[in-house]
Amino acid sequence: MNADPTRLVVVSAGASNPSSTRMLADRIAQRVTSRGREGGHDIAVEVIEVRELLPELPQALSSRFMGPAFTRAIEALTRADGIIAATPVYKAAASAAFTGFFQVLEDDLLIGKPMVLAATAGTSRHSLVADTEMRSLFAYMRALPVPTSLFAAPEDMNSEGLGSRIDRAARELTALMAAGFADAVRGDTWHHYSHEFGSAANAEASVDFDSDLMKLATGGTLSRPKSQEKAE
Amino acid sequence: MQFGIMSVSDITRDPVNDYTPSEAERIKNVARIALKAEEVGLDVFAIGEHHNPPFFSSSPTTLLAHIAAQTEHLTVTTSTTLITTNDPVRIAEEYAMLQHLSGGRMDLMLGRGNTGPVYPWFGQDIRQGLPLALENYNLLHRLWREDVVDWTGNYRGPLQGFTSTPRPLDDVPPFVWHGSIRTPEIAEQAAYYGNGFFANHIFWPKEHTQRMVQFYRQRFEHYGHGNQAEAIVGLGGQTFIGKTSQEARDKFRPYFNEAPVYGHGPSLDDFSSQTPLAVGSVQEVIDKTLEFREYVGDYQRQLFLVDHAGLPVEMVLEQLEFLGNEVVPVLRKETESRRAPGVPNAPTHASMVHAKYGDAEPRQPRPNANRGDNVTGASPYQDSEGTQAIYPSM
Repeated sequence: MNADPTRLVVVSAGASNPSSTRMLADRIAQRVTSRGREGGHDIAVEVIEVRELLPELPQALSSRFMGPAFTRAIEALTRADGIIAATPVYKAAASAAFTGFFQVLEDDLLIGKPMVLAATAGTSRHSLVADTEMRSLFAYMRALPVPTSLFAAPEDMNSEGLGSRIDRAARELTALMAAGFADAVRGDTWHHYSHEFGSAANAEASVDFDSDLMKLATGGTLSRPKSQEKAE
Repeated sequence: MQFGIMSVSDITRDPVNDYTPSEAERIKNVARIALKAEEVGLDVFAIGEHHNPPFFSSSPTTLLAHIAAQTEHLTVTTSTTLITTNDPVRIAEEYAMLQHLSGGRMDLMLGRGNTGPVYPWFGQDIRQGLPLALENYNLLHRLWREDVVDWTGNYRGPLQGFTSTPRPLDDVPPFVWHGSIRTPEIAEQAAYYGNGFFANHIFWPKEHTQRMVQFYRQRFEHYGHGNQAEAIVGLGGQTFIGKTSQEARDKFRPYFNEAPVYGHGPSLDDFSSQTPLAVGSVQEVIDKTLEFREYVGDYQRQLFLVDHAGLPVEMVLEQLEFLGNEVVPVLRKETESRRAPGVPNAPTHASMVHAKYGDAEPRQPRPNANRGDNVTGASPYQDSEGTQAIYPSM
């Protein structure tokens, strides 16, 4: 077995304890770890309960100031090889806590990381929230949600259908984790994404001293600002 | 090491007394605050620049000239001068004038500001904010070092045979600090020119500041201005001092809770433990400030924010008594004894004159007779006859 196990991070925005959202997330996590074991990989699971971060969310939203619990969550996501992101649906959308959590993260934190998206709701009429809303959030963050999203209304919780979909999503996730896609992207392609200086995901990377702006910073000139290029 | 205060120039309602000072009152009071800074032995007074209410400081050099005229030791500076929306030609002229009138007791800090809407008010485009700042400084740098400048860039009209007047005092340009929180290009520019780097430091965890300062120090050495320990670093900070820890917290908390920057967000306790904000007894503020050098290295200038969030002027003056009489004397002694050998002081006009001329007399440019323009004939100054201005290409 590997000395440094593969890391799976569960982000659950369930409101109660235990919540059906967390229960769904745990089922997926269990499936992923047992799939991993079958393939010879130890998978260590860390859970971020967004509910416990809520006291720090207002300051993170208003000034991007991260408290200690947020900082620990970001460290976990920085190390994550795979992610399960689960939220309850309120008013036909992912919960504000869930969306708020991801909105304050740095843009490059999740690049290339495989994810399973999961949502729970009181009625099956919300069943497309994971695919129509959550997927676009993670597309913006350049993460890699697996093809199968999971949704559970009360009637799904004991259905065999949900179990088989969980299994399918877990297979997709472990396949992507084992393929090392995130590492590949973060190796060769990393500098093609935009990064803020000193971002958590980019702490080790060097600054590009050959950029146009760096040339300008060191007494050089820009040929033309980009906005004027088209006009001519 | 220099210690001083920096003001944002906000006119904020005092939430305890439900009182908002008029612009006239606040402007008079900020001058009192600056004079008090000199009286209690602080070294530096810095004023911000804003172009919208509730701020008053649209014209920093006017205020700073007024303060310099009434003080003898205080260095006046900015926190910051907008290098984006000000024409660098006007910065060159106004701050050279301030340099003459203050007898060299000035420098300036350049920043990009934090108010997006200001860009179009001055005909600029915020999307070009960073290249604009970089290009503008490249021009400003030359305007203070070359009598006659030919220049073409992307963000203002070209200059042909232009002379920025007055020439800097003793022909030694004002010292410049570049302020930035997390833009490596700004730190790079500071390092390239051998200028100072200032980290605001106050709203952010120390890791941000540490990373930027380290980057600047490495690049300063890379460009051959000295080793990393010789780079010129300034830090912001924020204090509220009481006779006891409890008194400081009780008095400051209502202002903190309503402050435009922090209000309705993190608690005073959380913010104090996670950022450089130092609210407490004299000893607590000393201890916290002394920690800064442990993660940025020995540095040259420490500025504290003391007059914001609607604090009444009497309270600010009292804070300056604490700061100047009790905190800073200990900080001076402690930083001096901990400081590594070879770490320079922040440049002053006198030190820069000495560096340029040694014991020789500084140059005093005397203009030639008015010839109506800057583009024909020789140098505009008598002592550089024979230097031909370059004609514009027709």
